[in-house]
Amino acid sequence: MATETEGGCQDSADKHIVVSGKLIDELEGLCEEDVFGCYQCGTCAAGCPFMDEMDLTVDEVLRYVILDKKEVLESKTIWLCASCFACAERCPRDINITKIMEALRQIVLRQNIDETDLECLTDEEKRSIPQMAFVSLFRKNIG
Amino acid sequence: MELLYYPGCTLKTSAVNLEESAFAVAEALGHSMIEMEEWNCCGVSASLTEDDLMHHLAPLRNLVHAEDQGMDRIVTLCDMCSNTLKQTDYRVREREDDLKTLNDFMDQENDYRMTVSVQHFLEFLRDDVGWKTLKKKVVNPLKGVRIMPYYGCMLLRPREVAIDDAEEPRIMADLIKALGAEVVDNPYKIECCGSYKTIEEKEMTSRRAKTISTYAVERDADLIMLSCPLCKYNIDQRGKEAELLFDGYSQIPVMYYTQLLAIALGLEGDWGFGAHAVDPTPLLEEKGVLPISEGST
Repeated sequence: MATETEGGCQDSADKHIVVSGKLIDELEGLCEEDVFGCYQCGTCAAGCPFMDEMDLTVDEVLRYVILDKKEVLESKTIWLCASCFACAERCPRDINITKIMEALRQIVLRQNIDETDLECLTDEEKRSIPQMAFVSLFRKNIG
Repeated sequence: MELLYYPGCTLKTSAVNLEESAFAVAEALGHSMIEMEEWNCCGVSASLTEDDLMHHLAPLRNLVHAEDQGMDRIVTLCDMCSNTLKQTDYRVREREDDLKTLNDFMDQENDYRMTVSVQHFLEFLRDDVGWKTLKKKVVNPLKGVRIMPYYGCMLLRPREVAIDDAEEPRIMADLIKALGAEVVDNPYKIECCGSYKTIEEKEMTSRRAKTISTYAVERDADLIMLSCPLCKYNIDQRGKEAELLFDGYSQIPVMYYTQLLAIALGLEGDWGFGAHAVDPTPLLEEKGVLPISEGST
C-alpha cells in the first residue's frame, strides 16, 4: 500500500502491475529486439556500471522475460538503468538491451504507474541540479 | 564561418560557463556561434520504443527550424542534446514512414527535408578546425598538467550517432595533446556518470564519481576534462559530496574542454570557475597556466 510522507509525496511500494498475457507479447510493438537470441553470456551485466546496485543482473532480466516471470516489472534493475547503451554496444548477439529495458519501463508507465512522484522533489534539488536531469527523469520515470 | 548554434536548457542556466567559453574559443578561431532564432527543448532522452513517435517531435522541430534558417548544420555543446537530435535525425532518415507521420502531424511547421546534420562542437574542432591548426593557435600551452579525458555515454553510444570509437575514443586525448597537456588514460572514461539518477540516487552517483576520479588520481591526474553539463555536475558536485561519505577522499577538479581551450588560447575571462564545487583555479595557478591572482596564498 502506498505510504504518504510530508508534502503529499507518495512512496508507491505496491504497484499492482497487471499483465494478463505473455510478457513477450507485451514487448512486441514496443521493441523489435530478439530477446530469445540471448545466450546468457553475461557481457551486459559485466559491463553495466550500476550492477552493484541492482536486484536482478541485466542478463537475468532477459531470462525473466524469456521465462515469462512478470516480477521482472517490479525489479529495481529496470529503473536503475540510465540508458547508457554500454550493454547494447557490447552484446555479442547484437541485442539492443537498452531498448528492452525501456520497453519494460514503458509497460509499467503505460498502466499509469509512475516511478517518480514529482511531489517528492525538494526545492533545493530543483534549484541546484541541472535542468537536463529533470527532463530526462520525467521522460524515463513518468508516463 | 557562421555556425548555427542549438543551446538547450542547461546551457542557458547551470552551464553558462560552458557556453561562454565555447563562444570565446569559436571567436578566437575565426568562427561565430549564431544562436538559432527559434529552438525548443530537445527532450534530453531519445525515445527508444518503436511506437513512440511523439517524443521525436521536439528534436525534429529543431531540425526543421535549422532548415527554415537556410542552414545545413546545427552545432551543439550539450552531449545529451547532440545525442537526442542525432537519434531523431537518424530514425527519420532510416524510416520514411515515420518521417511522413511526423511531418503530417506538424501542421504549424514546414516538412523536414533531411538537409541538416548535427555536429557536436568537439567534432567541429576535430573535423573543421583540425588539431594541427588548433595547436598553432595555442599561446599558453598547458605544460605539465595531467588531464584525464572523460567521455561518458552520449558522445559514444548508441553507435549510430557516435562521434568516435565506442571503446577506444581518442578525440579528447588528441585535443589534450594539442593543448600541450599530458593525457591520463582511464578505462572509466567511457562509463556512465549516473546521468539523471543524480536526482533520486545521490549516493550512488557520488560512488560513481569517486570510482571514476580515484582511478584518475591513482595515475597522477590533476584534473578531469569533459564536455557534458550533467557529467560535470555528477563528477564535480556529487564527487565533492563523496568526501563526506568516504574518509580521506578528495575530489579533483573537473573542467569543460572549452575552459581549458580558452586558457590555452590565452583568452581573457574568468570562465565561471565560481560555479564549480571544486574550484580548479588554485591547481591552474600552481601549474603556472593561470597567473597567480591577488589574495592567493
